[in-house]
Amino acid sequence: MISLSPDEWQVILLSLKVSLIAVGGTLPFAFAIAWLLARVRFPGKLLLDALVHLPLVIPPVVTGWLLLIAFGRTGPAGRFLEESFGLTLMFRWTGAALAAAVMALPLMVRAMRLSIEAVDIRLEQAARTLGASRWHAFLTIALPLSLPGVVAGAVLGFARSLGEFGATISFVSNIPGETRTIPLAIYAALQVPGQETVVARLALVSILLSFIALIVSELIVRRRRAAGSFHVL
Amino acid sequence: MSFELRAEKRLGDRVVAIDHVSDARLLALFGASGVGKTSILNMVAGLLRPERGHIAIAGETLFDDVRRIDVPPERRRVGYIFQDNRLFPHKRVRANLLYGHRLAETANRWIDLDDVTRFLGIGHLLDRWPQTLSGGEAQRVAIGRALLAGPRLLLMDEPLSSLDAPRRGEIMTVIARIRDELRIPILYVSHEKNEIARLADEVVVLDDSESANGPHEDGVIRPAYSP
Repeated sequence: MISLSPDEWQVILLSLKVSLIAVGGTLPFAFAIAWLLARVRFPGKLLLDALVHLPLVIPPVVTGWLLLIAFGRTGPAGRFLEESFGLTLMFRWTGAALAAAVMALPLMVRAMRLSIEAVDIRLEQAARTLGASRWHAFLTIALPLSLPGVVAGAVLGFARSLGEFGATISFVSNIPGETRTIPLAIYAALQVPGQETVVARLALVSILLSFIALIVSELIVRRRRAAGSFHVL
Repeated sequence: MSFELRAEKRLGDRVVAIDHVSDARLLALFGASGVGKTSILNMVAGLLRPERGHIAIAGETLFDDVRRIDVPPERRRVGYIFQDNRLFPHKRVRANLLYGHRLAETANRWIDLDDVTRFLGIGHLLDRWPQTLSGGEAQRVAIGRALLAGPRLLLMDEPLSSLDAPRRGEIMTVIARIRDELRIPILYVSHEKNEIARLADEVVVLDDSESANGPHEDGVIRPAYSP
């Protein structure tokens, strides 16, 4: 077993906190956007689709810079959050979570959208004729049937958040104990000679965490499969 | 009257329309594929909104454009047997059967799980997953699921079309028993003459020219064989 220094533990716990908050907070929005894109026709749909996917294609540093402009002390969103809720994102771990969330969003939406599109809308119609309201049909039919995609989306988002570097470092900088997540700590360690073992340990931990997330998601989807969704004769 | 069906809807470049009032126990809509038979069932179920019309079942209005009545599907109490059984793949047979039963008001439930499983002979299937059922078994479960929701009308959209010949006979017998023993009105869609001859009290013939001309009365034929 590798032994980790208190500083490294701090980095790892911070990374987990940032990633879990980012994914947990994004999950309902990502699902709602995925639902809109999969099921609803509305003007401006293409625009929403493009906006959501933007962080996937523009350089992460640019995304971070845009966040800085919007959520910095003088930025419109930043000033609003500061004045209304006393919430500051810049140079805070909350800002790191926001950056991770923005970068994770497109991956989460994509996975969820695919699984929502795979749900046969005619099953919900059958549920309606059996007495289910729109909402009840959603909760009992569409949601459980699209769950594998929701889980996959959450895991992808979590992995993406754990690995987030560019947007984070340009938005909230690299502050030990506040915004220094695993990739930022690895980057910092690489700048100093003689820190190779720190790099190796953190790299190993990040691989391990992503691996565990993948296994857990696979188990959840498998359990659902056993419960009928993809049951074979 | 069991059925008051007056409805019209433009779908693409054709008009789907029906204008028929009937007291039949099993009223069949007959016509080639593509004349909009399924669309008419969907309008009765509330899954498709007519542009104009008046739809009432056993005296209760479900849709009326003039009076601005459009009862949502979940409150129509219309059981729908689809061509493909549409069983919920993530629920076992028992949960499928009880899905609508649990949602129905107690006063509206006129049959319970035991009676349905006995009536349809599906007691041994309760713990199975829908994917493991044969076509005939799945269609019987779908019929049971619709009955358990306490409907006052059944819609059947070519319920035999996905079955092989022996199963067809079997399910046809079940439908005849629903008509005769459970005494619930059935609106039945088919393009098979022999099904209609065996099951229907009354037939509405739909064809393209008529539906293109908007609402129409009577392409009604009475089958030679009538129960």
